[in-house]
Amino acid sequence: MDNAESLIFVQGCWKSFPGKTRDEPVHVLEQVNLEVREGEFVCIVGPSGCGKSTLLNIIGGFLRESRGAVRVAGAAVEAPDPRRIFVFQENGVFPWLTVEENVGFGLMSRPASERAERVEHYVRMVGLTGFEKSYPRELSGGMRQRVEIARALAADAEVLYMDEPFGALDFLTRLKMRADLIRIWQAEKKTVLFVTHDIEEAVQLADRVVVMSRRPATVQETVTVDLPRPRDLDAPGYLAARDRIFAIMGMDVHGGGAGGDPL
Amino acid sequence: MRMNFPQTRAVLLPALTVAACLMAWHWLVKLSGTDLFPTPLEVARGILELGERGLLAKYITASLFRVTWGFFLAVAVGVPLGLALGWFRSAYQALNPVIQILRPISPIAWIPVAILWFGIDDTAPVFLIFLASVFPITVSTTAAVQNMQLVYLRAARNFGIRGPQLFRRVILPAALPQIITGVRIALGIAWLVVVAAEMIAVNSGLGYLIIDARNAGKRYDLVVAGMVMIGLIGLVLDLLIRRLETFDEVRWGYGQR
Ligand SMILES: Nc1ncnc2c1ncn2[C@@H]1O[C@H](COP(=O)(O)OP(=O)(O)OP(=O)(O)O)[C@@H](O)[C@H]1O
Ligand SMILES: [Mg+2]
Repeated sequence: MDNAESLIFVQGCWKSFPGKTRDEPVHVLEQVNLEVREGEFVCIVGPSGCGKSTLLNIIGGFLRESRGAVRVAGAAVEAPDPRRIFVFQENGVFPWLTVEENVGFGLMSRPASERAERVEHYVRMVGLTGFEKSYPRELSGGMRQRVEIARALAADAEVLYMDEPFGALDFLTRLKMRADLIRIWQAEKKTVLFVTHDIEEAVQLADRVVVMSRRPATVQETVTVDLPRPRDLDAPGYLAARDRIFAIMGMDVHGGGAGGDPL
Repeated sequence: MRMNFPQTRAVLLPALTVAACLMAWHWLVKLSGTDLFPTPLEVARGILELGERGLLAKYITASLFRVTWGFFLAVAVGVPLGLALGWFRSAYQALNPVIQILRPISPIAWIPVAILWFGIDDTAPVFLIFLASVFPITVSTTAAVQNMQLVYLRAARNFGIRGPQLFRRVILPAALPQIITGVRIALGIAWLVVVAAEMIAVNSGLGYLIIDARNAGKRYDLVVAGMVMIGLIGLVLDLLIRRLETFDEVRWGYGQR
């Protein structure tokens, strides 16, 4: 191993928001440390409202940390960057553009033929062929989410920040999207930082799963999932990793949930 | 009678309402025994008379001409100004108080000033119509930009969109539904103000018709004819501008109903 800095490097990151009263800010992140190496697939899990989106938005350059160091590719994060594309938890598809215009949004600098090709490819991948000319208001919530995923993938970024991208999808579509994402990640050597509240999803996807605590949140523990892909969901290693995360989050899957806080 | 065809119903219901109003008008005039206020039929005859004398087309054209100029100037100034005020915080802080001071001053209060500045040709009424409609457009455009969903802005910045591109590809389309609503209100106001604007000593237009018919011979049939024409043309203008709300690029901004 070399000791060059990781691609994504977060050290001692604090974040608070101004609260209702002037002298009582809301502390969201407290001393968060996180490193993601180039080409890694890392998932962040944690209870709802703990600050996962906040952390990802800081790394993405949309929010500033209150304190600490946040560096990506060796440089302090000042602003968002087209080489690192974000998939937003609240749908960020542009309602005034059609599906194909949305998917091609990040490709304006490319020649028209290449753009059309990429748009067609990713529209097909997310299963929206036939809806190219539709507007987002004519689509379901899950279809809109797939448009945003296609838009992010089509832009051919080196890094993907994904904030619960599969949250609104049905079970089968979610399985397919996970497989597609893993395939793209392996083929194109991307780095993926993926927020989810679904522990099974995290263990199926990630090289490492970062477990965050309740607010004010810090990284409670990082679980390495060293299993070959495609993953066998009955393999002992898979089950062990999953149960480990459940245990960290205070839920005993076998013992009926005694002792811990509910999620 | 059951009306299963929405199309038929959309025409029939308002037609019935209008017919009922005309009936009520007619009988109220008859019952009161007034000989000054006209019945609907007399007004219709008045409109025909104006048509035959060639005045109707002339006056409508004159009024529409002034409203068109005043209104389009207001759009040309109000939309860019509103975009700038909504986007640049310091521009908003600097200019918003001035706008809020000017906005409540009725266009009628401006009449003496307009005459002083522009004399009594067509410029003065155009200026008054401009004044009346520029503020609703500016204010609604400003609000549209300020209320824009943050996630669209973040997505755009993520894809490296900046400067004029950001306005053209994201801020303007995101604000457009609300801008159109403001423009629609402004057109209504512009048309509303035309009568007041034509009280300035111009010698054409529907506003002029009303003042002139009253002053020269108490022709109340022509006064009401002018009022009816203003109302009808206002309806047509609103129907036309409502078309803007049906474009695919802005439909998302209005309710699902
Ligand atoms: N702009 C803001 N102003 C004030 N408080 C905020 C702001 N944004 C987030 N918060 C607070 O920060 C906390 C963390 O929010 P965040 O959206 O990061 O949670 P999350 O872990 O992504 O939750 P979820 O799993 O439900 O998406 C919440 O308690 C929220 O109330
Ligand atoms: Mg979140």
